[in-house]
Amino acid sequence: MSEQITIEKSLRDWWSKVKAGQVGALPAILGLVVLCLVFGSMSSVFLTPGNFANLLTQAAAVTVIAMGLIFVLLLGEIDLSAGYAAGVCGAILVIMITEMDYAWYIAFPVSILGGVVLGAFIGYLVAQLKIPSFVVTLATFLAFQGLLLLLVGEGGTIRIEDPVILAVENKNLSVSASWIFFFVTAGAYVLSGLWKFSKRRRAGLVDSLFKFWVIKTIGLIVIGVAATSALTVERSNNPELVSLRGIPYVVPVILVLLVGATFVLTRTSYGLHIYAVGGNAEAARRAGINVKMVRITAFMICSGFAAVAGMIFVSRANSISPTTGGSSTLLYAVGAAVIGGTSLFGGKGKVSDAILGGLVVAVIDNGMALLGYPAGIKFMVTGAVLLISATIDAVSRRGASAG
Amino acid sequence: MASPLLSLRKINKSFGPVHVLKNVDFDAYAGKVTALVGDNGAGKSTLIKCIAGIYTPETGEFIFEGNKVTIAGPRDATALGIEIVYQDLALCDNLDIVHNMFLGREEKSGITLNESTMESMAKKTLDGLSVRTVKSIRQKVASLSGGQRQTVAIARAVLWNSKVVILDEPTAALGVAQTEQVLKLVRQLADNGLAVIVISHNLNDVFQVADNIAAMYLGTMAAQVEKNSVTQNDVVRLITTGSSDAIAGAKK
Repeated sequence: MSEQITIEKSLRDWWSKVKAGQVGALPAILGLVVLCLVFGSMSSVFLTPGNFANLLTQAAAVTVIAMGLIFVLLLGEIDLSAGYAAGVCGAILVIMITEMDYAWYIAFPVSILGGVVLGAFIGYLVAQLKIPSFVVTLATFLAFQGLLLLLVGEGGTIRIEDPVILAVENKNLSVSASWIFFFVTAGAYVLSGLWKFSKRRRAGLVDSLFKFWVIKTIGLIVIGVAATSALTVERSNNPELVSLRGIPYVVPVILVLLVGATFVLTRTSYGLHIYAVGGNAEAARRAGINVKMVRITAFMICSGFAAVAGMIFVSRANSISPTTGGSSTLLYAVGAAVIGGTSLFGGKGKVSDAILGGLVVAVIDNGMALLGYPAGIKFMVTGAVLLISATIDAVSRRGASAG
Repeated sequence: MASPLLSLRKINKSFGPVHVLKNVDFDAYAGKVTALVGDNGAGKSTLIKCIAGIYTPETGEFIFEGNKVTIAGPRDATALGIEIVYQDLALCDNLDIVHNMFLGREEKSGITLNESTMESMAKKTLDGLSVRTVKSIRQKVASLSGGQRQTVAIARAVLWNSKVVILDEPTAALGVAQTEQVLKLVRQLADNGLAVIVISHNLNDVFQVADNIAAMYLGTMAAQVEKNSVTQNDVVRLITTGSSDAIAGAKK
């Protein structure tokens, strides 16, 4: 039966989904390609392996915050304090390791637990007391900033020397480990996809999107091979002194988070309930879903991800400072989620949006810095891109409800 | 007539000083469509909310399949096989048809959703209702027309082998063709053996689809009659005056 379904039909189904307001990742992918072409043609450094690796480590922390934020955005809520939650959790991590001599494998889980507690506090205020999340997290934004200042001490920074934490942003997998990582990831992706489709076929269900999945998978594998090849090239200026090859450790860290969060959102009933509450909270309540619990746990997950981002910040800067997770961090993270295709109105979005959007934000940041533009222009361009994404979101929503 | 599947006897319900339901009797039969009519404020909504377990009446009895039962909450009603389709449908636009039908009662294998089982069951239910207007049951509810959305809401109600389905104003927001389609579906439900209760203001719809008509007037059951024994004018008189004197088939 599936033999009769052509690629054209697959593409047509997908195009009708696009037109129905489910534009998905298309604008972000196009934007990313255009940005890379523009910066690549204008700067000789932009498309080098060294800069590519740099880009990934630059994008990491904001991307992880955005991944957590997506749980909250799916409910139609927002967490403005996720950036400083990352800062506070990073401070917990550094203080435990540097000043209290705990091992990283104790300090890191404790910092995540700290994030979860912060999230539970926000979630309780939003879900139980029904205070708008905008107001609650505006307050916690200030409060967490103060907490971070108290923890770190005014004007001071605390250094960290733990080799494991520092390795996340500063060390790479070996060349062979990089390729093993690629093959394991690609193999798992292909097998899980095939397994899903074969299960549906055994149940006698038709799948018009199978051919589309094949095309997408081939595309992803090509990108994966290209990226792994680029990252396994020697990118040190002085290879005899220090060799710089392989996939940065932060990439597998993000991939684990991506797979875990995507599994929760798409394969479990909890994930379905998050989408349901974001789509129509009253309908979810009548269907017997514990809406309050869904709200509180979403904020807990968001701040838990922020704690991981805090660790990445710390690893990148080798220290914690009172401004870690501050300034434009949170706005970049919200921007990344929205640019990737997650709706600010709730009910629509995927965890992978954060990766795409995070890359777009990092590419603008990185590319414009390479071209020597001042920070002012950089912020304005990022703002413009965010505005375009929000416009696409709003317009496609209108298209969907008119249909 | 066969004995009713669901009988309510002498139901009383007050909200503070307002006596909303006064000794109301009501019967619903398997395989029949019972229309519940009445003017605004006559007590129709309160009555069905009592059946659905959202309100608990102060006094009165429920008899379900010949046994006396108590309905203390929505879960009790669901456990008996009583489902209600609200006027606003309570669907999530951003979810597809299958997920909407199973929302809150998902089929799982281990901790993961069992998508293929849910899809097969949803398909079977829609086929059982002779629904052929839906292109794909994996499309988002946002892309459906009003009639199709009503269909999904009804299909969700019958998915669980329910025995009684209550529809609140199912055609109120629909155009002519879609009204026709939904009324056909309502008829199909009864033909499949369910007891169907329909609240409606539209007497044309009522006369097209109903077997029995229960008319409420100011918190009382003015009369419950067979459709064939009355005219539209009789029903209008029941709704507006509560008087059943002129009607032969009425049992007061």
